[in-house]
Amino acid sequence: MTAVETDDMSRVAEAARDGSDLLLELTNISKRFPGVVALEGVDFEVRQGEVHVLFGENGAGKSTLINIIAGTYPADTGTFKYRGKEIVHLTPQAARVIGISPVFQEFSLVPELTVEENLFLGRELTAGGFLNRRAMRARARAVVRGLNFDLPPDYKVAQLSRAHQQMVEIAKAFLTEVRLLILDEPTASLTDAEAAKLFELIAKLKAGGVGIIYVSHRMREIKRIADRITVLRDGHKIKTVEAGDVSETELVELMTGRKIGVLFPKIKHNPGDKLLEIESVTLSDQSVNDVSFYARAGEITGIAGLVGCGKSEVIRAVVGLEPIESGTIRVRGKVISAPTPAAMTKRGVCYFPSDRVAEGLALARPVRENVSMAALDLPGFSRHRLLQRRSERRIVQGIVEKLSLRPPLIERAVASFSGGNRQKVLLARGLTRDISVYLFDEPTVGVDVAAKAEIYELMQTLLATGVAIVLVSSDLPEVLNLSHRLYVMHRSHMVAELTGANINEPAVLAHFFRERQTDGIVAGEMHATN
Amino acid sequence: MRLVGPIMSGRSSSERAGPTSVLERILRSYRPAGFLPVLLTVLLVAFALFIPNFVAVQNLLNVLRSSSYLVIIAAGQMLVLIVGGFDLSQGAVVALTSVTSALVMVAFKETFANEPGLIILVGVLAGLGCGAIVGLVNGLCVAFLRISPFMVTLGTMSIATGCALLLTSGIPVYGMPKSYVEGFGRGLWLDLPTAFYLAAAVVAVIWVMQNYTRMGRYILAIGGNMQAAIVSGVPAKTYLILSYVICSMLASVSGLAFTAQLGSGQAVINAQLTLESIAAAVIAGVSIKGGVGRVEMVALGAILLLTLTNAMDLLRIDPRIQAIFLGIIVVLAVALDELSQRRAALV
Repeated sequence: MTAVETDDMSRVAEAARDGSDLLLELTNISKRFPGVVALEGVDFEVRQGEVHVLFGENGAGKSTLINIIAGTYPADTGTFKYRGKEIVHLTPQAARVIGISPVFQEFSLVPELTVEENLFLGRELTAGGFLNRRAMRARARAVVRGLNFDLPPDYKVAQLSRAHQQMVEIAKAFLTEVRLLILDEPTASLTDAEAAKLFELIAKLKAGGVGIIYVSHRMREIKRIADRITVLRDGHKIKTVEAGDVSETELVELMTGRKIGVLFPKIKHNPGDKLLEIESVTLSDQSVNDVSFYARAGEITGIAGLVGCGKSEVIRAVVGLEPIESGTIRVRGKVISAPTPAAMTKRGVCYFPSDRVAEGLALARPVRENVSMAALDLPGFSRHRLLQRRSERRIVQGIVEKLSLRPPLIERAVASFSGGNRQKVLLARGLTRDISVYLFDEPTVGVDVAAKAEIYELMQTLLATGVAIVLVSSDLPEVLNLSHRLYVMHRSHMVAELTGANINEPAVLAHFFRERQTDGIVAGEMHATN
Repeated sequence: MRLVGPIMSGRSSSERAGPTSVLERILRSYRPAGFLPVLLTVLLVAFALFIPNFVAVQNLLNVLRSSSYLVIIAAGQMLVLIVGGFDLSQGAVVALTSVTSALVMVAFKETFANEPGLIILVGVLAGLGCGAIVGLVNGLCVAFLRISPFMVTLGTMSIATGCALLLTSGIPVYGMPKSYVEGFGRGLWLDLPTAFYLAAAVVAVIWVMQNYTRMGRYILAIGGNMQAAIVSGVPAKTYLILSYVICSMLASVSGLAFTAQLGSGQAVINAQLTLESIAAAVIAGVSIKGGVGRVEMVALGAILLLTLTNAMDLLRIDPRIQAIFLGIIVVLAVALDELSQRRAALV
């Protein structure tokens, strides 16, 4: 008998012993969205009383998988077995009835309804056709008390902080009997104490035989609660491992598909003139308060900070996308009094928005038009106010080939390209004219690993030509590994400027969580070693 | 990996709100719920004092009757606005209901010669059927074909208007039972027009629906966050369609009462009706982005609008100028809605 078989045998025996048979069994699940293969032949199972962590990068297919399990949309292929029975035509409502309770990261809450109304949305208690408000209030209070959450049931969800909204989302899952709980990064906006309560609760549920699917990036959490871990990458299942058998480094390598360090090129640091200087800038909505920084040629200037700290807003303000209350912006030493995107482009400052779909690209239009959009005033694109289509095509074709757009077809609509390639189309726009300052706002969100590496290589190539690059990112390893000089923002203020060996994770995190203890659940800590 | 820390919601609205102009602050604190009853009272007192004949019994009854028709229509419009839609076909449904019910009553005049009640019943059912069909088409197109409500209802508006004109060649249809016209349309119960009771009943039923039934909550949820409603297991499409059907059927109810008052089926009705119904709803704080709206406020909005119209009539203001005025009110109300939403978005 081989080792594998022995292993299987013992597992079966173990399952039989404690009665923990399979709760959920998915086989060969595939799901396509227009232009994207979200999942391809994925197998996934959850046992009773198990915490099964789903691990992977953004866009790896985790959300798609949990949405299929929650009945939000059906899989294209594959079988879905729940408690031994095959399930077809699952709807969100039916899923909740059979005990599958999802807690989404994108909140499924209605802002204009109260906490209580949101908890019962879709399964209101009624008496004689009318809402039984008293019973609902009593039940809501009981559930909230049981969870030890500090939630006022009669507040509108719109009035609550994000952390409280997260609590409502979690409480929603506990209103009915839960057999399979899906938690999608539930601690993302909870404090450490609140997260600790959630873990206690998870332990209690586990003991009661509830299966839990837990999506998270946070190593310490995963170490603490996971029984098994399934790693997804680019819509494929890479591996399912026992939590005890795998190290942090191995997990990260499974997730990214390459050795850490290979992903980030060593970019030469060759600082030159200050091309962009920001002095004491405050925005009208106070999301940026008295912030100063500069960017030099031949240098990647990183800006790190938690979501909502104002780091995106500050570079948006540079190109005039956020209203400035006070402060000065200088490009090559010249003061720009009222920046607008058009004026800044002409001065050689180019901004790449983080939300490519909303702000970056016209999805229905071909690559060619999207790329040349910002350069139509230049000779080569137009002459005597008439478009030079042949020359436009030639220039754009050259640029997309340099960026290895796949496929390199410039007449195709941008909508038919994947996330990484869409980002390349956006970047191509910055290469159509003479740009000396590139502002990257979260350039690798929703981009697969291969495309990430290509984007980093592009930055390397650009930098060698003597431009300045400002990199704003919530992806900590990215800013840590690429920045030559790293600023840290915290609650609208610039709190630190790190250089050289001081650019390391503990230093940055200490600034992220200034007024808090840093002993709790902190994202990104898995990279502390590199 | 993403960095999402616990601090992300740390900034409170007060810290974040910067200095604002006085005008901006006034605009942002605009609340129809508190503002509308006060405005209406002020206007009523002012008109009573300064416009001769405004307080005449006959005039007040007129205002009450004409606002009743609008209250019923606007209550329907509100439901569709709450689910994040629009209904431009309401005016056309009123016209189609008017001619259809009148034609059916005339057609059955001989069959049920001695049963005016039966004639009225088939006429009313035919009228309501028109509303139900148009509403169903609107709802199905919006829910399943995902066509924008604007285009769908613009299309059905044209279809319904065309049908009404085709049925009558634009000539008014006479010959409805006398009891329908005299007893119901022009009648007074306890000294008040019948349409008033009809409107009150509609408002009461919708109020109960909004506050005490699942449907009310589902409609708000669909408009507030469609995805959240679906994920929470709300049969969103069903309620979306239902909103359109009820909206059109309320237009029919109004059309039936209106026809009874006129005494004839009319294919050509007030072209401003749909705009007025949207205006009444928007003045009352119904968000054109969906998710917000209270029927009792909409009723006040409709009354306010027709009180203004009546005052302008009494002051002999040119109807063409009144049309301009109505347009300005609609745009202003939507602008206020937009500004208050922006304030909310900052929090």
